[in-house]
Amino acid sequence: MARLLKGLILPLALILLWELAARSGFIVAESLSHPSAIARAALGAVADGTLLQATKETFGAALAGMAIGAALGTACGIAFGLWRLLAALMRLSTEALRPIPSVALIPLALLIYGFGYRMEIAVVAFACFWPLLIITESAVRGIEPRLIEVSRALGLSLTARIFKIVLPATLPRVFVGLRLAAAVALVVAVTVEITANPIGLGYALIVAQESMKPDRMFVFLAWIGFLGWLINAVLLRAQQRWFGRMGNWAEQR
Amino acid sequence: MTRATLLRILGAVAVALALIALWQLGSNAGLISPVFFPGPDRSFGTLWEQLHEAEFWLAFGETLRRMALGFVSASLVGIVVGSAIGLSPGLRTYVEPTLEFVRPLPASAVIPLFVLLLGLNERMIIAVIAFASLWPVLLGTVHGFKTIEPRLTEVARMLQLSPLGFIVKMALPNAMPDIFAGLRLALTVSLILAVVTEMLSGMEGLGHNIIMAARSFRSADLYAGIIVLGAIGFATNFVLERVERHVLRWRGEERG
Repeated sequence: MARLLKGLILPLALILLWELAARSGFIVAESLSHPSAIARAALGAVADGTLLQATKETFGAALAGMAIGAALGTACGIAFGLWRLLAALMRLSTEALRPIPSVALIPLALLIYGFGYRMEIAVVAFACFWPLLIITESAVRGIEPRLIEVSRALGLSLTARIFKIVLPATLPRVFVGLRLAAAVALVVAVTVEITANPIGLGYALIVAQESMKPDRMFVFLAWIGFLGWLINAVLLRAQQRWFGRMGNWAEQR
Repeated sequence: MTRATLLRILGAVAVALALIALWQLGSNAGLISPVFFPGPDRSFGTLWEQLHEAEFWLAFGETLRRMALGFVSASLVGIVVGSAIGLSPGLRTYVEPTLEFVRPLPASAVIPLFVLLLGLNERMIIAVIAFASLWPVLLGTVHGFKTIEPRLTEVARMLQLSPLGFIVKMALPNAMPDIFAGLRLALTVSLILAVVTEMLSGMEGLGHNIIMAARSFRSADLYAGIIVLGAIGFATNFVLERVERHVLRWRGEERG
């Protein structure tokens, strides 16, 4: 409790300082607004439904993109982990594509799909593919060799081997990958909306800035920050609860 | 190099070439509209032409310069402030919760704020890149300094090291791997933010080039731009990895 209070001192002090600076005219309220105006704007954004609507749009695109990218990444990671030769053969091609910054694909996605969900989903999927590919591949490599031997001795088919041995054994680390991918998905979705796509929280942020409503802009900025923090906190708790020490172990790898 | 590894490398090259050939065949067959799917011949051809134009090198230089300015200033501030926070448990209890909240904040979300504060200009771009790349370095440094082995602290006391001696001889080397992990992330972030801010601000640069190429349906230019950005990402990462390997060579192979 004392820790929590100590942690709250800094942000609260900053907010108070900001409010005082704006009230006393030390900073210009037109460009920076002040905390009480932002709180009022927050109530407004909740009341007229724009906040909820924008959140739904961003979440929809981020989740869909993450589902596609993470599923493909996990599948490829399992394949690369099980067949070393395949991984070695694909190495150059994947290493050539991986350094491409996901934002560089925004114009391409825009060209192919135009505005809307599809282009955002495509960019998010590309960004979420890589963490899952890398983590799953190394997790599959790290499976206790005796488990694989057992599955051979039992004469398990490939699908049975993947679903009964490989996936359960790698699940803690795949989950760590999913947690990273969730953070990436939100960041990329918001970035796509800020740069090109006229939907969601990122676009609301840009519109608020361009229409010179700094209070509203801060509402969306704080909300995006809160969502990012919340997603990470929830997934971290889930990881500790479901995987316990296994999760901690997976984290450190 | 054994024959097996040589074969694997040749195989990997063959697969990459086969994929490029497939890309070429796909675009030749016209299965996908050439408006957004130019073949490798046109893409690399355009890239080759651009390499002979002064305009391209100007944009290339601008993007790299912004990236470097933002990354270097963020690294310096991040390492200095991060080590101060990491070394002081008292300071940490006050600051860490706030840092944990800022950590997952999407960096691009602060662009509108910086535009309001500084306007759509060069200063805004550098400030955004520096701000965004600061957090990974800062948090990595804090983590590296606070996870120092307690026995090392005891040894330092036994040896009667001065506080500065302790930092330079023990805490800093101990934190180096975490600092480099942060630096690597920050490098990626700085390239991303350079591209994003250039797209938004319309200032000269590779990010601006690719969004303009997309808007005017010059798909070959767009692909060439994406290839160049991928190459920058690869090259800068490669250099940093080399530096890391050199700085951390005392760790030997066993922990790598």
